[in-house]
Amino acid sequence: MTKIDTSGPEHAPPTPSHTVGPFYGYALPFRGGEEIAPLGHPDTVTVHGYVLDGAGRPVPDALVELWGPRPDGTVPRVDGSMRRDPATGGHLGRNGVEFTGWGRIQTDADGHWYARTLRPGPRGTGAPYLSVCVFARGLLVHLFTRIYLPGDETALATDPLLTRVGDRRGTLIAGAEGGGTYRFDIRLQGEGETVFLEYR
Amino acid sequence: MPLTQADIDVEIATEHAAYAKRVADGAPVEHHPRRDYAPYRSSVLRHPRQALVAIDTAKDPELVELHSPAFGERDITETDDDLTRHHRGEPVGERITVSGRLLDRAGRPVRSQLIEIWQANSAGRYAHQREQHDAPLDPNFTGVGRTLTDAEGRYHFTTIQPGPYPWRNHVNAWRPAHIHFSVFGSAFTQRLVTQMYFPNDPLFPYDPILQSVTDDAARQRLVASYDHGLSVPEFSLGYRWDIVLDGPAATWIEEGR
Ligand SMILES: [Fe+3]
Repeated sequence: MTKIDTSGPEHAPPTPSHTVGPFYGYALPFRGGEEIAPLGHPDTVTVHGYVLDGAGRPVPDALVELWGPRPDGTVPRVDGSMRRDPATGGHLGRNGVEFTGWGRIQTDADGHWYARTLRPGPRGTGAPYLSVCVFARGLLVHLFTRIYLPGDETALATDPLLTRVGDRRGTLIAGAEGGGTYRFDIRLQGEGETVFLEYR
Repeated sequence: MPLTQADIDVEIATEHAAYAKRVADGAPVEHHPRRDYAPYRSSVLRHPRQALVAIDTAKDPELVELHSPAFGERDITETDDDLTRHHRGEPVGERITVSGRLLDRAGRPVRSQLIEIWQANSAGRYAHQREQHDAPLDPNFTGVGRTLTDAEGRYHFTTIQPGPYPWRNHVNAWRPAHIHFSVFGSAFTQRLVTQMYFPNDPLFPYDPILQSVTDDAARQRLVASYDHGLSVPEFSLGYRWDIVLDGPAATWIEEGR
């Protein structure tokens, strides 16, 4: 049954997830995927880290997607993250002016990724954060997590999620390295396992 | 001892039986694979052991995850949805058209969102440098496409029937022919990456990735239907595949920029 009947009142059952597999690398990553911040924007932060498996080994074929609000907390509704060049069929890169809030980064051979984006502003009741979606070969359903940036300790201390996860909260807060650079490792399994989220 | 298909068959059957027992005992239907599905060996070290932390989106409608990144005409080129037109020459293989609708759990169309696909060529070879399979590359086929859904949530691709291919999960492991899909919904919570299969593939029972979806009805939803009405005379065979996104979405409120 692959034609979904939407006439009934009952909810449509979802399409199951599958792994991204090992060969998305020529399909999904695009030029400038990690350069989310408009060029020279004063609120630019660099976030980076490693994706690690249950043996502590780097995952060289993970795909990280970031999604976050503007510094004032509003959500971008701007396309153009992966502008295409109709002449060559290739990627043009972002225009360096508009902020789409979304980026996609493939880990390198060391399992390392980085992105330059804008410091997210607060929304709702919690501390500001970047939403993260992780894909990898071997991962049958992607994983969501969040990157909270240090700085406003009062906001972090009262954030509903951070207070709920107890002594695992450290896995959700990036480490400040100075100069607007923050370290955020993603541990898929084992000691220091990152807090992953499900939305209901 | 190298791991054989017979070993994997036993593990798949064990997982199926365990799921059947869970449901018989009153557990809910599992629409998605479990991340710790051992017959797919790459999953063993790459799934969290701790329970996921649930976020009740109804309690905080301001969550950025209830919104989705936007994509538009700038993000696609005119021929992106026709994978047979990305090179000077014609690719080898059977031309197919794949079309369907992108819906949410309530059956509502998801409009103007991005669908990306990638696949092997007709010989079962990916145009990826790390690909070890020695089937021939096709200089006229890359196997990457993208499109935006229309006002009814519809999408449409023209491509080549992908071939099955071997992999190294166990001895004589073969993936059934499939097309990889990456899909955005109206909320980031609905993000989906999956694979579409073709009807009646004899490799289905042997494949631990497809079988990781242990619910029979859910697994069927990954298989497209042949649709004669989508076949293009003198050109291509048509397959219909609707996609339903899971996960909560925001009730639609226009937000000022
Ligand atoms: Fe594949």
